[in-house]
Amino acid sequence: MPTAEFPNLFPALPEIFLLVAAMALLMFGVFRKDDEAGPARVRCSRIVARLCILALLCALILVVTMNGSDRVTTFNGMFVVDRFAVYFKVLILISSALSILIAQDYLEVHRVARFEFPVLVVLASVGMMLMVSANDLMALYLGLEMQSLSLYIIASFQRDDQRSVEAGLKYFVLSALASGMLLYGSSLIYGFTGTTSFDAMAGALAAAPGEAVSLGALIGIVFILAGLAFKISAVPFHMWTPDVYEGAPTPVTAFFAVAPKLAAIALLLRVMMEPFGALTVQWQQVIVFISVASMALGAYAAIGQSNIKRLMAYSSIGHVGYALIGLAVGNEAGVRGVLIYMAIYLFMNIGAFTCILSMRRRGQMVVGINDLAGVSKSNPMLALALAIFMFSLAGIPPLAGFFGKLYIFLAAVQAGYFTLAIIGVLTSVVGAFYYIRIVKVMYFDEAEEVLDRRMDRPTALVMAATGILIAIFFIIPDPLLSQAQAAAQSLFGG
Amino acid sequence: MNNLPILSLVTFLPLVGAAFIATIRGEPAVVARNARNVALLTAGTTFFLSLGIWFNFDTAEPGFQFVERSDWMPSFGIAYHLGVDGISMLFVLLTTLLTPLCILASWESVTARVKEYMIAFLVMETMMVGTFCALDLILFYLFFESVLIPMFLIIGIWGGPRRIYSAFKFFLFTFAGSVLMFIALLTIYLQAGTTDIPTLMQHDFPASLQIWLWLAMLAGFAVKLPMWPVHTWLPDAHVEAPTAGSVILAGVLLKFGGYGFLRFSLPMLPEASVVFMPLMFGLGIVAIIYTSLVALAQEDMKKLIAYSSVAHMGYVTIGSFTLTVQGIQGSLFQMLSHGIVSAALFLVVGVVYDRIHSREISVYGGLVERMPAYALVFMIFMLASVGLPGTGGFIGEFLVMLGAFRVNAWVAAFTATGMILGAAYMLYLYRRVILGQLTKDRLKSILDLKPREILIFAPLLFLVIWMGVYPKPFLDVMQPSVDQLVQRVEVARANMGEPAYAGR
Repeated sequence: MPTAEFPNLFPALPEIFLLVAAMALLMFGVFRKDDEAGPARVRCSRIVARLCILALLCALILVVTMNGSDRVTTFNGMFVVDRFAVYFKVLILISSALSILIAQDYLEVHRVARFEFPVLVVLASVGMMLMVSANDLMALYLGLEMQSLSLYIIASFQRDDQRSVEAGLKYFVLSALASGMLLYGSSLIYGFTGTTSFDAMAGALAAAPGEAVSLGALIGIVFILAGLAFKISAVPFHMWTPDVYEGAPTPVTAFFAVAPKLAAIALLLRVMMEPFGALTVQWQQVIVFISVASMALGAYAAIGQSNIKRLMAYSSIGHVGYALIGLAVGNEAGVRGVLIYMAIYLFMNIGAFTCILSMRRRGQMVVGINDLAGVSKSNPMLALALAIFMFSLAGIPPLAGFFGKLYIFLAAVQAGYFTLAIIGVLTSVVGAFYYIRIVKVMYFDEAEEVLDRRMDRPTALVMAATGILIAIFFIIPDPLLSQAQAAAQSLFGG
Repeated sequence: MNNLPILSLVTFLPLVGAAFIATIRGEPAVVARNARNVALLTAGTTFFLSLGIWFNFDTAEPGFQFVERSDWMPSFGIAYHLGVDGISMLFVLLTTLLTPLCILASWESVTARVKEYMIAFLVMETMMVGTFCALDLILFYLFFESVLIPMFLIIGIWGGPRRIYSAFKFFLFTFAGSVLMFIALLTIYLQAGTTDIPTLMQHDFPASLQIWLWLAMLAGFAVKLPMWPVHTWLPDAHVEAPTAGSVILAGVLLKFGGYGFLRFSLPMLPEASVVFMPLMFGLGIVAIIYTSLVALAQEDMKKLIAYSSVAHMGYVTIGSFTLTVQGIQGSLFQMLSHGIVSAALFLVVGVVYDRIHSREISVYGGLVERMPAYALVFMIFMLASVGLPGTGGFIGEFLVMLGAFRVNAWVAAFTATGMILGAAYMLYLYRRVILGQLTKDRLKSILDLKPREILIFAPLLFLVIWMGVYPKPFLDVMQPSVDQLVQRVEVARANMGEPAYAGR
């Protein structure tokens, strides 16, 4: 194969477009800025934020319109576009755009409205899209690091806030450790299979049926799993999550809770199903353990929390546990379950964070669960929305969260994983306790001091839209289901 | 037969009313008045619509009627499928009857957040009717489980002093039970390859699997019914819930459990039902005797009625699992009459609670002097609860015992002690509250029933007497479906080599 062949850029057009857009906006911001801390800077950040959202939407349109149903690879097979990648890219772009939309007001109130924030989110999104499309260990690592570097910065975006800086540093150190493990695993895999390409790896690992699997490759897989488990904050690599979620500025937490998880779950699914598909029996037990441990910790550790951001951190650990049931099942139905779950998770979480962003008292953000007391009287719309999200996160029908769990458990039962399914439903009962506790505080308790009624337009809009979506999803669930079905098929068909 | 989608109309009309109430804006007093009116209008219209089901129901047809079907999640073969048969039809009417009465009963006693209260009740009506009409497993679970949300809010927001504890207990008990049932439903779906309930009722599951499925379903239905020993949420929930909440809880929600047995456990898992018959008899007898004794010792009127509900549900358990036509008809009849009688008794307690704001039995005494009409109403419902011939309660208990006698005389004998104990605690309650000298100062100026309250009790009184004196229309509705159900169980019994009951 001639090595000097110019790669086909066409499949990567959305990524390239976003990257160019990010560069251009960075330039625009640098040259527009004329005073150090004043209205001009805020205005500039607003314009850049809007343009960033526009760029993300354009990328979204590109992703969707260029979506042939076939699997296309380019860059010597390092980059792949299939229905699976498209599905996740759409979700990632939506969540990034929504995150920028709901962040602006917070940043302005806290006097950290800088144009770099939306640009960094866009850059992180490019990294995530690269992760989703990675078809080679090199591409995987590049995407992962591109995403992580942007995330480190935005975690400590509130420079003068000690906890934000601490969150950024903590995330950086632990994430670097995880990246190290991932790299070590990758090198082992490379050493034992002789290739970094997923396609070739699948061939190398599947070539020897009957023969014992090489121990080195297995250890490599476990290291890669550990690295990725860190990124999705699955137990036992979850320790950073509550601290980072609590310390990071709230809109950043909203972003952290959704987009990077989507990308990492996508990556995990692809890596486990495509190159390591032949070793399913070997990695399954690891995933089962991670899944059970995450569900249990997510359910029990959240009970004692009084800070709603920490609670959401544990809640996200638990939800990753549920999603991993789908992976543990290791077949098409399982992957389909994960895909549906993650899409619904996106909207539930963004919605819940819009509510948290709207918790203000005399202009100051509050994050205590008890601060929500009596909100149902002072701010009924906020209370209704948050109640919908909480019941949905708990998985109570007819809200969307129930359907996410339905397809995950369906896959588990179908494959005979009854124990996993039963542990799953029982932890969801425990989890329901802390979700309905928030409803209790809002609806049953009396307020000592009410929250502000003020809510900025974009946040209120996102809250209403996601709330309605979650509440009426049950009427026409089929579009999402058939998309997920097609995406899951593409992962197994190719 | 007309082509009007009557079940969908009855199911979703309350939701439309709730959406309309949600849009009401303005002065708090005006909003409250409009919310009450709209809620009553919606619930009343729904009731009259549902009468259409009663009049057009074909009592010769054992299968499902008024069937509606359309795609919902076609890629999974899950459909929006509604229909009623002789087992479910009367529950739909019970729900649509009790909801407007609940709204009337809350007319003056609920003054805080009236709008939200009415929305919660109407949403709950949609979900309850949907549960009884659903002919698709997933649709059924959707309705069955979503009732938790409005009921949790009703207990928690408008309840008594320990409302938070009770609301949580109610929610978590029920949720824990039904998630296990959920796994069973998924297994059924995957085993049979369909979520269509009429098809599943004819499907034969392997006997070993049936045992597990049956136990998982028991977890869900036993908590709802509730059966001893998972009944403990009920007294708490009843005591703390507002009057109308107790009415719906006792009148309709408890029936989900019994309905579940008859719709899922018996027809889908007949072999397992035969295997577990002794267990269910045991639990039923314990429920009847133990909770009757507990009821005897209660100081709180609502708690006493709550325990009596658990005892009455013991009859339902025993009746359903006698696997005879009489027993099953009896348990259905018992559920209906209990739905009316216990609802009425909670309303009866609500009347004095609204005036004196206490549910303690010792606060009252000699009410007959000031409230003769009230004493009469209380007496009729109290006797119906005891099972006096001529009231609806008698027919149900009598049929259940008849069925039990055909299976095992001891079971029947123990069941019968429940009737005696029932008479004991109810008459004792009546004596302490109504009879005797009116000595307490607080009661000297208490007023008798108001026209609104008489309006609430009138239909219930009429029904309870009708069901007792001329039960034929109700039994006729049930007969074909119950016959079909029993035949299916008999086939399973024959396959297991057990003798059939003679002389059906």
